[in-house]
Amino acid sequence: MADTVADVHQHEAHGHGDHHHDQSWLEKYVFSTDHKIIGMQYMFTGMFMAVIGGYMAYVFRMQLAFPGISVPGFGQVSPGEYNALITNHGTIMIFWVAMPVLIAAFGNFLIPLMIGADDMVFPRINRLSFQIFFLSSIVLLVSLFVEGGGFGGAWTSYPPLSANGDYNQTQLGASLWLIAVALEFVAFLLGGINFITTLMNSRAPGMKAYDIPLVCWMIVIASILFMLSVGPLLAGAVMLLFDQTLGTGFYDPARGGDPILWQHLFWFFGHPEVYVVLLPAIGITVEVMATFARKKIFGYKMVLYTAVATGVLSFFVWAHHQFIAGIDPRMANVFTITTLLISVPIAEMLFVMIATLYGGSIRLTTPMLWALAFMAEFLIGGVTGIFLGASGADIYFHDTYFVLAHFHYTFFPIAIIGSFCAFTYWFPKMFGKMMNDTLGKIHFWGTVIPFNFIFIPLFVLGMGGQHRRIYNFQHFPQIAGPEYFQLREIATIALLVMLAFQLVFFYNIIMSWMRGEKAGKNPWKANTLEWTTESPAPHGNWPVDELPTVYRGPYEYGHPDREEDYWPQNLPG
Amino acid sequence: EGLFFWLIWKFRAKPGEKSQYLVGNEKHVKRWITIPHALVLVCDVFIVVGAVRVWYNVKQQLPEPDSVIRVTGQQWAWTFQHPGADNELDTSDDIFTVNDLHVEVEKTYHFKLESRDVLHSFSVPVFRLKQDAIPGRSITGWFEPTLTGEYDVQCAEICGIGHGVMAARIHIEDANTHAAWISSASAATTP
Amino acid sequence: MAHARPIATTRSATGIPTPRLAIWWIVASEVVIFGGLLGVYLMHRIGHPEWAEAASHTQTWLGAINTFVLLTSSFTAVLAHQAAEKGKGKEAAKLLGFTILGAMMFLMIKSYEWYGEIAAGYTITANTFWSFYYTAAGLHALHVIAGAIIMGFIAVDAYRGRELHRVEIIGIYWHFVDVVWIFLFPLLYIAK
Repeated sequence: MADTVADVHQHEAHGHGDHHHDQSWLEKYVFSTDHKIIGMQYMFTGMFMAVIGGYMAYVFRMQLAFPGISVPGFGQVSPGEYNALITNHGTIMIFWVAMPVLIAAFGNFLIPLMIGADDMVFPRINRLSFQIFFLSSIVLLVSLFVEGGGFGGAWTSYPPLSANGDYNQTQLGASLWLIAVALEFVAFLLGGINFITTLMNSRAPGMKAYDIPLVCWMIVIASILFMLSVGPLLAGAVMLLFDQTLGTGFYDPARGGDPILWQHLFWFFGHPEVYVVLLPAIGITVEVMATFARKKIFGYKMVLYTAVATGVLSFFVWAHHQFIAGIDPRMANVFTITTLLISVPIAEMLFVMIATLYGGSIRLTTPMLWALAFMAEFLIGGVTGIFLGASGADIYFHDTYFVLAHFHYTFFPIAIIGSFCAFTYWFPKMFGKMMNDTLGKIHFWGTVIPFNFIFIPLFVLGMGGQHRRIYNFQHFPQIAGPEYFQLREIATIALLVMLAFQLVFFYNIIMSWMRGEKAGKNPWKANTLEWTTESPAPHGNWPVDELPTVYRGPYEYGHPDREEDYWPQNLPG
Repeated sequence: EGLFFWLIWKFRAKPGEKSQYLVGNEKHVKRWITIPHALVLVCDVFIVVGAVRVWYNVKQQLPEPDSVIRVTGQQWAWTFQHPGADNELDTSDDIFTVNDLHVEVEKTYHFKLESRDVLHSFSVPVFRLKQDAIPGRSITGWFEPTLTGEYDVQCAEICGIGHGVMAARIHIEDANTHAAWISSASAATTP
Repeated sequence: MAHARPIATTRSATGIPTPRLAIWWIVASEVVIFGGLLGVYLMHRIGHPEWAEAASHTQTWLGAINTFVLLTSSFTAVLAHQAAEKGKGKEAAKLLGFTILGAMMFLMIKSYEWYGEIAAGYTITANTFWSFYYTAAGLHALHVIAGAIIMGFIAVDAYRGRELHRVEIIGIYWHFVDVVWIFLFPLLYIAK
């Protein structure tokens, strides 16, 4: 809060000083207030956490396919360790990979560049938000190694299991896990305020609301959604922390509390959270598609309004996670209707994307492949979601691998495909070098194909009645047969293949960074403002007296009046 | 999906050709969005009607029971309380078993679901049935077995370290076998 | 570190000054935090009529005095804003000082009250009413403390005639803290 007020400047309308004063290495890369550096910090932290999350997935998939073996690089997996692994895999992938990379990293990197500003409005709050986030990552990693092991109550952390050390047997791990999550929320609240005010107030002269690139809109709508949904959960987290440490009984039925309460608070946040990460991913995809289809977005306002509609609707669907949790059965009917209603705006966004492709002149570069893969895979995720949103079918599918496969088919396109799409698209702007396209395509196919081989078997297993979060299926004769184990082995082997192909990606980053072709200002011939400055953009983004002015919308591709098929936003005339 | 790949193929970049300039404001163009849009809505309505009907049958209405049992979850086992020979729960001849539930085929059962400690979920995949058990509450549900045999009962809500071993079996028996089981079990438990 | 202000901060595409816009967003995010907590409390309260007995052990008149103290401090914050508008930094600083004094009084009364309650055995674990009581009031008290500290910095700046517009920002925040108490007081103390 101190920084909120400390960073408030406004009466010095022309007070921009010298942006190029000498900085030490620490000032420039560690304690920087430059939005691009902070964006990179978020991104590399997110990537590091993704590696850890991937490693966890590897360990527990090995255990599931070959129960009891000593996993190379880990050893024997005990039930407690298994629970800790799945819990933290989920937590890390959503809160420490999807959120920081999609929202914080690209939000920080893109918003000021795309709206023609030299930085965020509150650079020091921005730095503070990263520092809190970084601290929260450390707390989470520490929680894995404390006495008793990491928290093993699933990423949803339902009490009473999570509230009482006697039940979860990881008292310290559970509290640290909760503190880490709460800190992370605070970091994104601070960051979100920055995004929102920056977008609202710091646009380049001439840039009207409908001239803002969609990805900026999406990140900001997502920040607002996050801000409005996370509050009750933060209060709930404080209550849970008191239950864990002080011995209060907020969630203890024996003492007047209610264990279902946490579920309501969690999912009131948790479901909008899906859209919090989905919207930026859609924004990125739309951006990339417009550039590589050389087409204007089919209905800019339509995308924007459906995003808002999705956001509003997402507040009224949370209880579909609790159909069988003991809520009033009549409520389930209401939530079935709202849940299926949300398919309308989402379907509409996909139609808009398809319509954007129609009549375009598609160039299948690596980022474009990622964008198309996002659409294709997310469609599967969306369609399977309808089975789960329908209360009747959910009785059976709830908490089976069907759910698991479903949300991986939504989250993988969002968090992984969306991030790769953005990363490959904006890599030239970040590092000034082109990425190797061949390696990029190898990595693309090496990721997307195994992905389907991981989760399609899991759909089948889920329909066969296999439940989540069980570390060894040999105790259940009905699902311990060899045909089930074959499916599990296929999934595990596909995962190994997919992880191996990520090495190509890292190799590609390093090689392109060191030896890549120089990118130039606008390698993709795109319209938006970030391509009008140097690559990589200097501190302050543009020379002080050359900040861009905007004359038109961001997606004027293939305009009939122009020789060139693109028309940058800042060109007059 | 097919349409999607066709579009990608059809509109590959051809050198020297500019893309079409479609704004998306004209009526005949907007039709391409509104028609599928309406289709999605119609599908949604069908699904909602179907889902609600199933839901109503399974969860909202309770048919008259032939028998009532009590299911209690705890870390990490299921306790089943059968009504015993007099077919009434909470009498002295109740039969308690751990991780083995015995029911008779083609009888309607009510179950009262409780929990001693944390959340559990009583899931019988073969019945397509699932209900969370919540400490401090007793939740009533119903089922009617139609096949005989022996099937899995799982816990479907993570409940701690032993979650993976919280397995039980449901034995669905015909009338004679079930009666025989009741008498032998009662004999075993009566002092 | 010599810190140059970005041009971004000085722009105002909406016409609303950026700091004011930001503080309203902060208030909005705080509203949902307190809203969630109070909503949950209300739902429990309706479900547990027996909590009225526990609530009768709260000290209503101390709460009432605190309400008065907080309202007065909000009033001086308004006066400080007016003074700052006229460019009178020293006067604004003095008035902010009164507000901080009000905050301290509020906290002192609060600790006296809690001391008595804890001594009487009504601790945070006594029952869930008391858990809510301490959690909600404690969260509010944290906001009071944070607000008072920030106000201190702003008052020092204002005294030197710098950053006078911040007086308004902290005023908005302080009103919010006040309004939260207006909700807490009847819900925790009066409803019996």
